Amino acid sequence: MTGYRLPAGGRIDRHRTINFRFDGRDYQGFAGDTLASAMAGAGIVLVGRSFKYHRPRGLLGIGSEECNALVSINRGAARVTPNVRSTQVWLYPGLNAISQNRWPSLRWDVVALNDVFAPLFPAGFYNKTFMWPRSAWEKLYEPVIRRLAGLGESPVERDPDHYDATYAHCEVLVVGGGRAGIDAALAAAQSGGRVILIDEGDELGGGALADPAQWPVLMALKQELYSCSNVMVLTRTTAFGFYHQNFIGATQQLTDYLEPAVSQGAREKLWRIRAGEVVLAQGAIERPLVFNGNDVPGVMLASAARSLALRFGVAVGRQVVVMAAHDSGWHDALAMAAAGVTIAAIIDVRHVVSGDLAEAARAMGIAVHTGAAITRVAGRHAVKGVTFASDGTGPSRRIACDTVLMAGGWTPSVHLWSHAKGSLVWSDAWGAYLPGTALENTRAVGACAGEWDFGAGVVTAVLPNALPVRSQTAFVDFQNDVKARDIHLAVQEGFRSIEHIKRYTTNGMATDQGKTSNLNGLQIASEALGRPVSDIGLTTFRPPYTPQTFGALLGHHKGALFQPVRKSVIDDWANLQGAVFENVGNWRRARYFPQGGEDMHSAVLRECTAVRERVGVFDASTLGKIEVVGPDAAEFLNRMYTNPWKGLAPGRCRYGLLLREDGFIIDDGVSARLADDRFHLTTTTGGAARVLNMMEDYLQTEWPDLDVWLTSTTEQWAVIALQGPRARDVIAPLVEGIDLSPAAFPHMAVREGTIAGVPTRLFRVSFTGELGFEINVPADQGRKVWDAVLRSGGAHGISPYGTEAMHVLRAEKGFIIVGQDTDGTMTPYDMGLDWAVGKKKPDFVGKRSLARPDMSAPGRKQFIGLLTERPQDLLEEGAQVVLDPTAPVPVPMIGHVTSAYHSVALGRTIALAVIADGRARIGEMVFIPMPDTVIRATVTAPVFHDPEGSRLNA
Amino acid sequence: MILIHCPYCEQDRPEIEFTYGGQAHIARPHDPAALTDREWETYLYIRANPRGLHAERWRHIHGCARFFNAVRDTVTDRFTVTYKTGEARPDGGVA
Ligand SMILES: [Zn+2]
Repeated sequence: MTGYRLPAGGRIDRHRTINFRFDGRDYQGFAGDTLASAMAGAGIVLVGRSFKYHRPRGLLGIGSEECNALVSINRGAARVTPNVRSTQVWLYPGLNAISQNRWPSLRWDVVALNDVFAPLFPAGFYNKTFMWPRSAWEKLYEPVIRRLAGLGESPVERDPDHYDATYAHCEVLVVGGGRAGIDAALAAAQSGGRVILIDEGDELGGGALADPAQWPVLMALKQELYSCSNVMVLTRTTAFGFYHQNFIGATQQLTDYLEPAVSQGAREKLWRIRAGEVVLAQGAIERPLVFNGNDVPGVMLASAARSLALRFGVAVGRQVVVMAAHDSGWHDALAMAAAGVTIAAIIDVRHVVSGDLAEAARAMGIAVHTGAAITRVAGRHAVKGVTFASDGTGPSRRIACDTVLMAGGWTPSVHLWSHAKGSLVWSDAWGAYLPGTALENTRAVGACAGEWDFGAGVVTAVLPNALPVRSQTAFVDFQNDVKARDIHLAVQEGFRSIEHIKRYTTNGMATDQGKTSNLNGLQIASEALGRPVSDIGLTTFRPPYTPQTFGALLGHHKGALFQPVRKSVIDDWANLQGAVFENVGNWRRARYFPQGGEDMHSAVLRECTAVRERVGVFDASTLGKIEVVGPDAAEFLNRMYTNPWKGLAPGRCRYGLLLREDGFIIDDGVSARLADDRFHLTTTTGGAARVLNMMEDYLQTEWPDLDVWLTSTTEQWAVIALQGPRARDVIAPLVEGIDLSPAAFPHMAVREGTIAGVPTRLFRVSFTGELGFEINVPADQGRKVWDAVLRSGGAHGISPYGTEAMHVLRAEKGFIIVGQDTDGTMTPYDMGLDWAVGKKKPDFVGKRSLARPDMSAPGRKQFIGLLTERPQDLLEEGAQVVLDPTAPVPVPMIGHVTSAYHSVALGRTIALAVIADGRARIGEMVFIPMPDTVIRATVTAPVFHDPEGSRLNA
Repeated sequence: MILIHCPYCEQDRPEIEFTYGGQAHIARPHDPAALTDREWETYLYIRANPRGLHAERWRHIHGCARFFNAVRDTVTDRFTVTYKTGEARPDGGVA
C-alpha cells in the first residue's frame, strides 16, 4: 500500500487543503477527509503497532470496525485522547496525531522483539503464568508485561473539558443513517410523530457514500429528511447501548472535529433517548480473511479500499491484489478499477464465480485466479508481493504488489439488537448471525437484518495452505494479536464453549470488541471442534458499541456536583474560625479548631480540657432526627427498639438501641417523649436515612394497623451541644420558660421554652460525661442562637470543639460509636449494653435472634478498654489483639482495637477494643503486634472517666 | 433505565426513583418466640433465587415513599406486574 490521491473523484473538497501532523511530520489532506483517508492519500502505510507483539500494522477498515489504525489525538496537554480510530477522526487544520505502542519510534520498535519470542506468548499465556510463583509475578512478569502491553497513554492532568447531557423522547428512533435508515426515518416521519435519526458519520449516507451512482438519490432523500420538522438528525453521534424499554444511550461529538482554537462549549453530549419504536439500521461489516501474512501493512478490507477510492479519492496502492471469498470483492475491484486504481489480480478461493464478474474483470485487464488462495505475503513494514497457489497447495506463483484487499463476506451488525436481548438466528448464506425475534418494540432493517443483495460467497475458516496452521502467521484478531493457531491451541487444550475460547485466547476482547474477528474466530473453532457454528454459540454483545469517554458518561456529575456536600447552618462560622473539616457521611463537619499554628493533637487536648474544666460548644446539627407522631407512637417504638418506651413519661429522654432482625446493633441515639403521642428521635449522623427506611418498612409492611407517622426532621433543627461544668451558667441568662435547676430539669429530660428568644426543645443529655445540654432550635435560627451562646459563654471560658474532641470525650466515658466500635456483628450483650434491652418485652426487632445459642456462646467478642503498658503508646485503630505474640504464624487473634486516643483527663492514652470473652479478661495482659514492635496492654472496663457518673448529674 | 410502574402513583417512573427491598411475601412471624431456631433461620436468611419470575419488594422512595410488590423476570430484567403491599401475587406464582 503506497496510497496516493487520484486525480479526480470523491466527496472531498480539493480546493480546501488541510495541514495535519502525524508523529511530528507535516502532511496535507482535504476538507471532507478523515484522518485515515488523509494518511492513506499521503502515502502513509505504517500507522501503528499491535498490542501484544508490537507488530507493524496498517489501516484495515474504514469505520468503527477499525482495529489497527488507532492513534492518540493531541489537542493540548490535558486533551490527549488515546486509542482513537483514525477512520472516525474528521480532519481539521493542525490536527496532531501520534502513533501508539511503539518505542522509540513507529518504524524501529524495540518491543517488537516480543514478536520474535511470540512462541513464548501463546494463547492462555497469562492464565498459565498465574500458576507461577507469586514472587515471580510481582517482581518479573507483571512489571515487564505492563511496560510492553497497553494502548495509548491517558493524560494525567484533570480533563479541562465539560460535557453536556440531555434526555430526549420520540415515537421512532432510527440508528444508522445509510439508505435503509434514511428510508425508515422518512417513512416514520409520515406518521407525524417525533423521529430521531442517529449516525456516527459526519454525513448521512453510510455505504452509499462509496457509490457515486447513488449520490443523486441520496441528496434528494437527505433534503427531504432535513425538511421534515418532526425529524431530528444527529450526526457524529454513536448509539453505544440499547437498554430496557427502548432506552438508548448515545454520545454526540460537539467539538472534536473542530480546530481547538475555534471550538467552544461542551466537548460531547450524552443523549438518553426513550423511543416508542427503535429501528436498527446499523449495516454490516466486511470480514477479513484468515491467511498467512494477513497482517502486513497494506492488507486491508476491500470495502475500505473502495470507500477510500470513491468517497475520498484515494488509491490505496499502485498495484492491488484482491483476495476474495465473496462477490462483493469483485464489485469493489471493478468499481476501483473504473476509478483509476490499478487492480493487478483477483484471486478467489472459489473455483466457480459468476461468469459476468470474471468477464468484466478480464475486460478491464485484471488477471483472474479462481480456486486459489494466498499462502504468503512478502514484506514486513509494507506489502511487497504475494505468493498464491491453487487450493493453497498447488505450485506457488508470485505477484508483485503493494496492497492486498480481503473480501471475506459480511457480518451484519447485530450489536444493539443483542443489547436489547433480541434473539439471533444463524444464517448459512451469510455465514453470520441475523436478528431473530425482538423482546422490545424494535426491528432491524437493511444490511444488519440481512436485507441486502450484494452477491454470493463462501464462508471460510483459515484459507487453504500447505503449511500447517501452527506455522502460519494468520491473524484473527488484529488488535489483540490472536492467531488462528491460538484458537486451535485452545480447542486442543479442551475448551469447547466459544465464551471460554474467547477468554482464553482474548479473541474479540480488544477495544473493537471483535467487530472483525468474532465470526472468523467462531468459524475456526467450529472447524477445529468438528461441530457446526450454531452449536458453539456466540459471545455476548455488551455496551458500549465503541469505547466512550468517561467525561461523556459523567456529564455534569463531577467536582462539586459529583456528590453534593451537606453543611449545617454553623458551617460558615466554623469556616471563618479556620476549622479543619472532615466528611462524615455526606456531611462536612468541623474536626477541630486550631489556634495559632496548633497541630491536631494540641488543639484536641485544649478543646477537651475546656469541656472537662469549663464548657465547650459543639455543632451536633448533623444528628439524624425523626419525629414519630400518632396514637400508637409508643407502641411502635417499643417494637422497634430494644428498650421499653411505653412507660417513659413525657418530658423524659431515653437512650435507644436499634437492632436488625438478625440481632446485631445497627443504630443508637437518645430520644425524647414530648407528649403521649409525640417523640423526638435522634439517630447517628450516618444512619439517619437507613433508620427511617427501616422504620417505614416495618410500619408500612408489617404493622400497617399502627397509627403512626414518621417524618425526617434532620435538617429542620440546628443542634448546639453545650457540655461542661459551666454549661448551665452559660444558658441560664438566655433561657425563658424552663426551670433549669437540677431538681426540675434532671439529666435525661427535655423541656420546651425559648432560648435567646427562639423556641427550643432543650435536651439535658451528655455524650461527654459532663453536665450537658443539647439545644434544638429551628435551623434558620441556629446561627443566631449559636452566637448568643458564644457571647454568654465568653465569661465562662467557652471553647468550640470539633468531632475529634467529641470522640475523645465519649471514649473516656466508654460511649460507643455504632459503626466504629461495632461492626455489624455485635449484639447488645457483646457491647455491655444489657441494661438497654427490655427483658420483659414480649418482642422487638432482633429479640428472637438474641435467643439463638450462638449469640450468647462463650468466645464472642466483648467490648472492653485497653491501657498500654507505656502510657504514651497510642494503639492503632484496627490493630489485632493476641494472647501470645510468640505463637507460630498465623498467630491466633482474639480481637481488635476499635478506638484509641490521647486522653487529657487521664494524662495518657486509652483504647477501646472488642476481644473474645473480654469481660472475663479484665486485668489480664494482652499483646498488640505492630510491624516493628509488640505493644503490651492491660484489659480494663471500657469506662475510664467518672464511672459513677457524678459529673453529668451535677 | 428501567421504567417501573408504581401501583400507588399509577405512573411509570424511572428506576432511580426506586429502591429494591428483597423477596416479597415473607411476613414477619406474629410470635417469633414460638419459632424453632431452624424456623427463625428460614425466615431470616433463606431466600428464593429463581431464574425467571421473582416476586420482590420495591419502594418508591423518591416518590410516594410507599413499599409495593413486583414480579420481575431475573433473566430479562422485565417487570411483568406491580401491585400494592398486602395484595396477593396476581400471577399466582410462588417464588
Ligand atoms: Zn409511587
